[in-house]
Amino acid sequence: MANQSGPHRIGEVVEATSTSFVAQCYTLYNAPPLGSLVRAGDPPLHGVVYRVTTEPLDATRPVLARGQAAASEEEVFRDNPQLERLLTSRFEVLILGHHVQGVDLPVLPPQPPRVHAFVFTSDAEDVARFAGGAGWLRTLLSSSIPAADQVVAACLRGAASAVPDGDGLLLNSCKELAGELAADLPRLNAILRMVRQ
Amino acid sequence: MTDGPRLNGPPISQDGANGSGLFQMAPGSELGLVVDGSLADGVEVRLNQQTSVEDLKVGTFVTIQGSRGKFFGVLSDIALGSSDPRLKNNPPNVDDPFIAQVVGGTVAFGAITVVPNLIMSAVLGDGQGPVAAKTIPPHFSRAFTATEQDVAMVFGSEDQRHFWIGNPLDMETKVCLDLDELVKRSIGVFGKSGTGKTFLTRLLLVGILQGGRASSLIFDMHSEYGWGAADPENNRFAKGLKQLFPSRVSTFTLDEEHARRRNVSTDEVVRIGYGEIEPEDVELLKETLNLSDVAASAAFNLQQKFGPQRWMKEFLDLSGRDAVFELANEIQVQPHALGALHNRLSRLKRFGFLVEKTDHDAANSIIEHLERGQHVVLEFGRYGNDLTAYILASNLLSRRIHDRYVNLKESFEGGSGKEPRPLVIVIEEAHKFLAPAIASQTIFGIIARELRKYNVTLMVIDQRPSAIDSEVMSQVGTRLTCLLDNERDIDAVLQGTSGSRQLRGVLSRLESKQQALIFGHALPMPLVVRTRDYGSPESYASLSRLPGALAEDTTETNKERLEREIADLF
Repeated sequence: MANQSGPHRIGEVVEATSTSFVAQCYTLYNAPPLGSLVRAGDPPLHGVVYRVTTEPLDATRPVLARGQAAASEEEVFRDNPQLERLLTSRFEVLILGHHVQGVDLPVLPPQPPRVHAFVFTSDAEDVARFAGGAGWLRTLLSSSIPAADQVVAACLRGAASAVPDGDGLLLNSCKELAGELAADLPRLNAILRMVRQ
Repeated sequence: MTDGPRLNGPPISQDGANGSGLFQMAPGSELGLVVDGSLADGVEVRLNQQTSVEDLKVGTFVTIQGSRGKFFGVLSDIALGSSDPRLKNNPPNVDDPFIAQVVGGTVAFGAITVVPNLIMSAVLGDGQGPVAAKTIPPHFSRAFTATEQDVAMVFGSEDQRHFWIGNPLDMETKVCLDLDELVKRSIGVFGKSGTGKTFLTRLLLVGILQGGRASSLIFDMHSEYGWGAADPENNRFAKGLKQLFPSRVSTFTLDEEHARRRNVSTDEVVRIGYGEIEPEDVELLKETLNLSDVAASAAFNLQQKFGPQRWMKEFLDLSGRDAVFELANEIQVQPHALGALHNRLSRLKRFGFLVEKTDHDAANSIIEHLERGQHVVLEFGRYGNDLTAYILASNLLSRRIHDRYVNLKESFEGGSGKEPRPLVIVIEEAHKFLAPAIASQTIFGIIARELRKYNVTLMVIDQRPSAIDSEVMSQVGTRLTCLLDNERDIDAVLQGTSGSRQLRGVLSRLESKQQALIFGHALPMPLVVRTRDYGSPESYASLSRLPGALAEDTTETNKERLEREIADLF
């Protein structure tokens, strides 16, 4: 997964609010996985990918099906090389915290990232430092993003696989999750089941 | 995640497991946070995720770090809690050890109730000991298992003033009694037959002896405290005080033959003259001699008639029914009552220690020994099985000794003489002396009530505390109780004690051997102890060792003694 290799630039911010931003990938279909941690801007802010979309660049020109005669999906793109230019992958990121004076804080930055700010996948060190800290799960759980529980589970799984002490990180995070959802046991059970799958 | 042997692995004590094979918390481990509670019911501590309820036990000592002081208390209850009431109906999938580990301590958690008994001063070494807690720690104070140092701070460490009586259950820390406080007021040792009262008493006596502040006079019914007695359960011989402290203990006996048969040397043989018996002794013997009230009170008429020293002798010298009846008419007593009294008192003639006239005043001799700081054991030999002999001799001697102490104390208060050395009189089967009907008349009832006014206190040993007068029981300062299972006895022992509801449960759950609940003035808080070993060679070695400062005192006493003996000789 993207997190495992060192940080690399995957796109740029194209739209930003105080709580989330949208980034466009440089390469079609090269969005980071759902639930993965990314960072953007300088000083960096941290966020989690909660929605990935691939759509036409020009919203007024809908995509048409072109592969009826093609033997494989690759053949469709080979026969229509313009497609890669007409389509784009975007991903939406929920901002979870930011870096200030050498510390990662699980609070929203005073300003959203600037448009065209570069977006990087978080490397193992970033993940261990940010995901290993406390407090960010609450922002994620209380957000109104679609399928938030799925994103939480994916994020925890992804973070655990990205760092050397994944088991320890997963246990601590899940304990924090249990604390957050202490009064909502069915939701906790559902997320834990997803984490373990 | 699943590689550890235990899901909620707490720190485990160094020896790994205790005697019962259960894990236990290492001293000083953090348990959790105070989340609720009251002074009346104790504070609730929510256990942290690392602590499992299985590692804790009721009775464990807990410290709670408040913002201004450290609270010391006892774990009184353990409970399971959950943050979501739906947990019961919809339990998480705990077959997955990871999920079990996540929900344990978070959604499903353990909680304990701690009753804070004492507050320890926040600054060590300022000379302030723990004081009774009159408040509770604030929210979110951290609770820990007490360390050996905490326990030692509360129960003192062994020194000249503190005597090691035993250990808390599951801890190696020594629990020490404050000997000064112990002897200031009366002491009660209770427990069913065979629960270790005698061993506990031996320990207390060794403590009093080691402390060196008080003398003791032991009315040794079954000859167990002086030279020693068999300990059939451990198949050995339990040494008495004389063997442990030969130079500081004097043994007196009422039964020379018995001592000789046991091949035990005694310092003096006690003989009691008829002249020393007083009508109030007869009053006390009413029950054992099966005398009516009228018959017993006739003794007072006899004393009036014949005079204090001679009445008994004159009365017993009467022979024949007619002579007794004639006397009855003369002193205006119901003739049959006097006949019964004559009949019953004649039984006393069979006691070898009762003689018509004695040249040697046994009571005086005992008092002399006591004043020299000696501890006196009066062995009853074969008369120990006869309650009449035991009551008669102990009451009579105690009265004389008490009178003497009253004189000494009064002259001391008047500015002459020195203060009498505190004395502890040890009596067994105490309810025979201190029953509600007679407690007001016997010397023991008086001693128990007068308390330390005259520096004489009682150590009562009994298996039926409910039969002891409640007024006397209320004056008992320190109570040491082995297992009791009779409701009335438990009530009697716990009467007037704060927290008796909790203690009640503790008392009836004591093990039948080597465990005692101790509470009262000599300890800062009630506590169950595993009593110190008594009977092994190592135990004798540690028990017979006198603390350093005391050794000097002993030397001094020996020197004084030597000087006195030289003075006596020449």
